[in-house]
Amino acid sequence: MHEWTLQEAARKVRDKEISSRELTRALLDRIERINPKINAYVTVLHDKAMAEATARDETQAKGEALGVLHGVPLGLKDIFCTRGIRTTCGSRILSYFLPPYDAAVAEKVAASGAVLLGKHNMDEFAMGSSTETSHFGPTRNPWATGRIPGGSSGGTAAAVAAGLCYAGVGTDTGGSIRQPASLCGVVGVKPTYGRVSRYGMIAFASSLDQGGPVTRTVPDAAMMLGVIAGHDRRDSTSVDLPVPDYPAAAERPVKGMKVGLPREYFEVEGLDPAVRGAMEKALDALVVQGAQAVEISLPHTSFAVATYYIIAPAEASSNLARYDGVRYGYRAKVAGGLIEMMSRTRAEGFGAEVKRRIMIGTYALSAGYYEAYYGKAQKVRTLIRRDFDAAFAKVDAILTPTSPTPAFRLGEKTGDPLTMYLSDIFTIPCNLAGIPGISVPCGMSAEGLPIGAQLLAGHFREETLFTAAAAIERALPHPPVAPLEGA
Amino acid sequence: MEFEAVIGLEVHAQLSTQSKIFCACSAAFGAPPNENTCPVCTGMPGVLPVLNRKAVEFTIRTALATSCAVQSKSVFARKNYFYPDLPKAYQISQYELPLALAGHIDIEADGGTKRIGITRIHMEEDAGKLVHEGEFAGAQASLADLNRCSVPLMEIVSEPDMRTPEEGGAYLRRLRDILVYLEVCDGNMEEGSFRCDANVSVRPKGQKEFGTKAELKNMNSFRNVEKALEYEIRRQVEQIEDGGTVAQETRLWDAAANVTIPMRGKEEAHDYRYFPDPDLLPLIVDDAWIDALRKTIPELPAEKVARLASTCGISRYDAELLSSSRALADFFEASVKIYGGNPKVSANECIHWKDAVAAGKISPETIAHAVEDRETGKISATASKTLVELVIRTGKPLRQLREEKGLSQVSDAGALEETVAKVIAANPKEAESYRNGKAGLLSFFVGQVMKETKGKANPKIVQEVLKKKLG
Amino acid sequence: MAITREEVLHVARLARLALSEEEVDRLRDQIGNILDYIRQLDTLDTREVVPTSHAVEMGTPFRDDSVCPFGDKEAILSNAPDRFEDFFRVPRILED
Repeated sequence: MHEWTLQEAARKVRDKEISSRELTRALLDRIERINPKINAYVTVLHDKAMAEATARDETQAKGEALGVLHGVPLGLKDIFCTRGIRTTCGSRILSYFLPPYDAAVAEKVAASGAVLLGKHNMDEFAMGSSTETSHFGPTRNPWATGRIPGGSSGGTAAAVAAGLCYAGVGTDTGGSIRQPASLCGVVGVKPTYGRVSRYGMIAFASSLDQGGPVTRTVPDAAMMLGVIAGHDRRDSTSVDLPVPDYPAAAERPVKGMKVGLPREYFEVEGLDPAVRGAMEKALDALVVQGAQAVEISLPHTSFAVATYYIIAPAEASSNLARYDGVRYGYRAKVAGGLIEMMSRTRAEGFGAEVKRRIMIGTYALSAGYYEAYYGKAQKVRTLIRRDFDAAFAKVDAILTPTSPTPAFRLGEKTGDPLTMYLSDIFTIPCNLAGIPGISVPCGMSAEGLPIGAQLLAGHFREETLFTAAAAIERALPHPPVAPLEGA
Repeated sequence: MEFEAVIGLEVHAQLSTQSKIFCACSAAFGAPPNENTCPVCTGMPGVLPVLNRKAVEFTIRTALATSCAVQSKSVFARKNYFYPDLPKAYQISQYELPLALAGHIDIEADGGTKRIGITRIHMEEDAGKLVHEGEFAGAQASLADLNRCSVPLMEIVSEPDMRTPEEGGAYLRRLRDILVYLEVCDGNMEEGSFRCDANVSVRPKGQKEFGTKAELKNMNSFRNVEKALEYEIRRQVEQIEDGGTVAQETRLWDAAANVTIPMRGKEEAHDYRYFPDPDLLPLIVDDAWIDALRKTIPELPAEKVARLASTCGISRYDAELLSSSRALADFFEASVKIYGGNPKVSANECIHWKDAVAAGKISPETIAHAVEDRETGKISATASKTLVELVIRTGKPLRQLREEKGLSQVSDAGALEETVAKVIAANPKEAESYRNGKAGLLSFFVGQVMKETKGKANPKIVQEVLKKKLG
Repeated sequence: MAITREEVLHVARLARLALSEEEVDRLRDQIGNILDYIRQLDTLDTREVVPTSHAVEMGTPFRDDSVCPFGDKEAILSNAPDRFEDFFRVPRILED
């Protein structure tokens, strides 16, 4: 039953074919067996999830109105604060943090009737593309456990791919939902900036961060986005627009849609031939169903990574300054004064990647360098945004690879941060522009590693993404769950 | 060589909102430690700020009252530094693009009016409070109380237009009066809701360039600001006259020793790495909003003094005393509206009873009736004072108390004639002496009549009747 | 090299990060490489370009000035690494 889609599971509980207790029990058992192999969960809520499932079954027995995800077990990336449930953000510095509040996403998921199974592993403070920077150890790719699942929402993508939950919610600052979705053979959506509330979602780079669904099918992703999207007064950057019927968009024909192919994306050095081949199949799938391919140009693409690696660390250096050992979280034991306490707390509480980015960001904002780095990056961000504005005047959606290569091996890129950063080249521009993006499986490499296609659309045009991604999914079906060795 | 001082003042005024600037916690002063806190103002992970509309309106009204240009777009920025009273390790403030620019305030100086420029007004959040455990030098720990975190402040920065400590004091008082009139700040310096830092330098008279400035902090009363400025100017002049130079530094006013002392600790950390706060979008203020707020600006202290002095027939001195509080001036005007009479008398009464006015213990009717009854001879000056005191004590209307206590006086000459005749008849010797020229005895007769009437006679009328009868 | 050892130490002080000698050297190399890569932005002429701070173009929303107490001070204070009564306790501020 772990292979069911989110929609199937929701329907079966609703139709009383199965109880929430049975479903939750089955997944908790599976987590117990599989999770030690892939380390997708940092916290599993054994008792709490069963208690919640029991409560859901009782609600249903009373004939009360049910939410769309009634009784269905899900997981959240451990970046979403959950009241009274340890929320670590993959960091030692928050290893014992008990938030006294729920993130807006956690509230919405609970209000939809879903059952929370646990919290997913992630790169520390979402800084990474491999889930190797987690304080709680790396997550492994369910398709090949010697390889990384992508990141930073690697725990979420791996859990969904391994059938350890029916859906998850991750976050995406420079590709952190789409890239692991691509590498784990699942669907991941980065919604338009402002579509999903950031309240209670631990900040990495506030002007880029956005929460979004990770699921095994496009209709499931559409359903899940419908649950977590919407205006929230507690987030000043949340946009007050109605939430459309996303699942309906996943059923619309793609006929007549203009799909842009940005030439710069296909000229990138190091684009794996298997990825190139899979992209051709994805394009064929769209064209066969009546879409029209249009070559376009996004001329500032090659500047996106440099721009991102100023803006994101700069914002992060400020966002992560609050972890000072005063009010919550880890505090180093020191005999000295305040400054020493803070400096040692942060030195011991943060991992190498987080420290590196805090250093870059602090440098970029410091006296004398602001204009040359942060000011410059903000202007180039405008140029990248304009590229997309011009493109979306001509096309409805843009098709690109999600990642230049399939999943790489654990440890392969940890020694060279810049190479790791460059692997985000296809996903980063979308965050800089604030537009929505989706990654949908579109093939396998010769070694049996999943490959994803990325689709991008204009602001608040998530429906276009679901229509196009569903067309690719229909033409290029992918296995429901990763065939874990011995599972 | 003759020197002149150059003074600029930076005022931090706490806005009188109910809630904090970015969260719904109470902004009230004096709660138990960490009582007024929530995840937002304690900087917990993932929480976000949402701007308090009233705090913006209070700042815009201040800007309009000081002739500033309200900016249609202003931006909140993060000022980054580590300190245990700053939970997010950044203060949300306005930096490059503040809410208001280029205004001014007119002050009285050397018998004339002087215009002091205002460079900018911006909004920001307050920090918390650190209590040093043990309060002695060897304290091993500090305790953080975050109640004040995110209480709304506005910073009002003046141009370096003041030349004397007196001008500095006049500017501060005028600014404080304006904020209190607008009801956007309670103006309480001791509780810290109106704080002032000063930039001071000196230069030889006639020189255009500014000297090196020192920044003065820790002055918690108007008097202290003036004293600190006086001291600092003298110190800098002496320094230069002794052949030294003035160091650019921050100095603290030590009110006990009456000196300024250099602030200890290094200035290394003054790289605040400001950048626009990505959690807050630009603050957009349209003309319609500004116009609506402009209509809420009351008559301000300077205008009120001028109007009262020119149209109400009172002295400028009295007008200033009355205008020291908007409530008192309003009270005076309401009272004069009920009974005109001699406004000087009403003004004196209002000033005399200003504490009771502020406490809401008396109404404009109380003073109007007291003045009217005295001017029409219904009560004596003594009775008037007694009656107002009774109003304060009992809360009953003055005229009801006048009747209850029998404090009306007899001003009818006819009614007094019989008593006067009786008194003259009882004191024939004195009457004889008076008629023979001992005019001083008139007060003896007045006293006797007052005694006979138990003080209820109007002494002025008694004198008239006596003169007639004895004449 | 785009960044000196002294600059690394200065930035670490600003960021309150106590770095080991070995970390300082490694970070100098890594940050140097990343800054060199970022330098490519200098090839773009952005004199006429308005900076983008936010991905959404609207004014900041407001909340009404009404008090709504959080009501669970204990849940906030109980996370404190060192607490004295209802205060957060920190080591004294040493002057150096």
